[in-house]
Amino acid sequence: MTEPAPRPVLVRGASLLGERTADLLLRDGVVAEVGERGSLAAGDARVVDADGLVALPGLVDLHTHLREPGREDAETVLTGSRAAAAGGFTAVLAMANTSPVTDTAEAAERVLDLGRAAGLVDVQPVGAVTHGLAGEELAELGLMARSRARVRVFSDDGRCVANARVMRRALEYVKAFGGVVSQHAQDPDLAGPASCCHEGELSGRLGLPGWPGVAEEVIVARDVMLARHAGSRVHVAHASTAGTVEVLRWARAQGIAVTAEVTPHHLLLTTDLLSGYDPTFKVNPPLRPDEDVEALRAALADGTIDAVATDHAPHARHDKEHAFVDAAFGMVGLETALPVVATTMVATGRMTWADVARTMSTTPAAIAGLAGHGAALVVGAPANLTLVDPTATRVVDRDASVSRSRNNPWHGRELTGAVRATVLRGRPTLLDGELVDPAVG
Amino acid sequence: MRRHLLSVDDVDADEIAALLATATEMHDVQRRQVKKLPALRGRTVINLFFEDSTRTRSSFEIAGKWLSADTVNITGKGSSASKGESLRDTVRTIAAMGVDALVIRHGASGSAQQVAQWVDASVVNAGDGTHEHPSQALLDAYTLQQRMGPLEGRHVVLVGDLTHSRVFRSNVKCLTKLGAEVTAVAPPTLMPSGVEAWSREAGFATSYDLDEVLPKADAVMMLRVQRERMAGGYFPSAREYTVGYGLTRDRLDVLGPDVPICHPGPMNRGLEIAADAADAAQSLVLDQVSAGVAVRMAILYHLLAGEDS
Repeated sequence: MTEPAPRPVLVRGASLLGERTADLLLRDGVVAEVGERGSLAAGDARVVDADGLVALPGLVDLHTHLREPGREDAETVLTGSRAAAAGGFTAVLAMANTSPVTDTAEAAERVLDLGRAAGLVDVQPVGAVTHGLAGEELAELGLMARSRARVRVFSDDGRCVANARVMRRALEYVKAFGGVVSQHAQDPDLAGPASCCHEGELSGRLGLPGWPGVAEEVIVARDVMLARHAGSRVHVAHASTAGTVEVLRWARAQGIAVTAEVTPHHLLLTTDLLSGYDPTFKVNPPLRPDEDVEALRAALADGTIDAVATDHAPHARHDKEHAFVDAAFGMVGLETALPVVATTMVATGRMTWADVARTMSTTPAAIAGLAGHGAALVVGAPANLTLVDPTATRVVDRDASVSRSRNNPWHGRELTGAVRATVLRGRPTLLDGELVDPAVG
Repeated sequence: MRRHLLSVDDVDADEIAALLATATEMHDVQRRQVKKLPALRGRTVINLFFEDSTRTRSSFEIAGKWLSADTVNITGKGSSASKGESLRDTVRTIAAMGVDALVIRHGASGSAQQVAQWVDASVVNAGDGTHEHPSQALLDAYTLQQRMGPLEGRHVVLVGDLTHSRVFRSNVKCLTKLGAEVTAVAPPTLMPSGVEAWSREAGFATSYDLDEVLPKADAVMMLRVQRERMAGGYFPSAREYTVGYGLTRDRLDVLGPDVPICHPGPMNRGLEIAADAADAAQSLVLDQVSAGVAVRMAILYHLLAGEDS
């Protein structure tokens, strides 16, 4: 891809991973110089005052739904890219459950091209595991891998690859090109499409169809065994229960190649929010009780869970304004992911900013095979970075969002940590908390 | 009483007592030759039923008519989502016509609570999915009180498909508020999830063994079991369910002739209740239906009458 060289950027006085303060000169898409604070001359560079800000490698989201093609009324690649840049992301993986489904090379290239046209974030398509997400026949995984989109992550997300034979073949097949299957773990016999509330005391009282944690855990347990058998790699999308954490811990100890992500909402929001039947809090997998939230936080802190991924799931208002069981699953999350992690993990002392860089940039980039992302901020590295004000607090206002959708469960909540700037290959996409038009910036 | 009746949670013990006292007066009206009261003249009550219903809908309709309200029935099968119009649009459209009360039955748990946020009219929950059916619980309490006197300290046994029963959820709340001791009986597969914690907190007992509980019952409430539940693996066969949890002829003998039997209907005779039990002298099944009109008159009266006075 040829991009006209952007004006150099001098990031002055940023705290690298919250550890040491330095100046960074970004030129020709890479980190050209790193020096002591105040040591680098601005020259013709645009100066970004990063005093008091933490610099992280640009964030990478393994799990977004950008809705284009098919539901452009909920989100487009462009509006989703804006939300991503505003949230500090420089790369996002766009899930395949669009309409039509991303299950061909052509569909994947189209998403890639829409992302490039938007120019705010690298939009990396995820390919479907099975044709039409039907769970029966493998999609053209190899052709998607060979396409310009170079697809490496495959997922039927929204649905589970429930059939063990199909899952086994997918795990085996993607070995040929270093791919990984990201599994939406939900045994459909234990948690069917109507299941919408964590199965427990609250679902019993509310009379809502339960989604028991074991429906996730049996699939994760099965899939780590299949990954071991196939000698392949499996990734667990949106891990949501303490039982899943136990299985992951065991699988790690066996040396099985399993990685896992947790969403920001499963790190903070709990099932009791459903007591008023507000579909804003309807998400799949469902919000869980405190003990699951605590297990997920501990697992993220100790590395059992590798990454934070948003599962950003925008929905048009009319798809949420139904009776609870009829409303759409999902919540937006790109713009609030970092503040939620900062609030739940950093402000509480459970993680450092270096851990945030690991779980929100370096490791997700490695899982997805994105060579240009997740690199440490050293000379020669791609100039992808995010500047965070670690002490800023703000009350989330859903109407201030740049996403097209408003299904925002964080509305009215105070969160600590604010993304101030995002830089993609040396070009700012967000400065002083405001989006930068790629044609101008 | 609040503006809506969405759940038994909306009424405390005193309000229940007041409602049931009004229901007693209404019941007297019901026995007159001329049954009309002018209380709700000029008021409009819409019965909006998204699910099939015979007794509840006609009961609310008659209750409204005898109070001189203008009552309109609207029925629409299936969820609003499947029809393309959102539930919100449907109820806001109806409310915009200028209604005073919306009596709603919908297959989705929580729907009545959501509707109450969308309209200005009073909302009465006539059954929301597997969540609640508060007017049924109130009429059950009324019926039992008429037969047994105060329910304080009396042991009421609820038996059936508890996990899918809105009647159970409303009744367990209503009966415990009135001081009754409640035991909920079902096979483990038909117990609501998390019932251990719920029952501990709410103060009712649970059992898998009907024969152990039945001799200690002061009243029995049998709940409907849908035959389709067998396909979901909730129990192996109708025969096995009846042997374990049905109110059979033999169990009727254990119960003795003075223990009242309730069933909210519609009954599956031969499955959860034997014909001998359903038609026994101690059966209150038809009393429940009769009380239904009086209790629903009381509910509409408390919600709507005196609002402007």
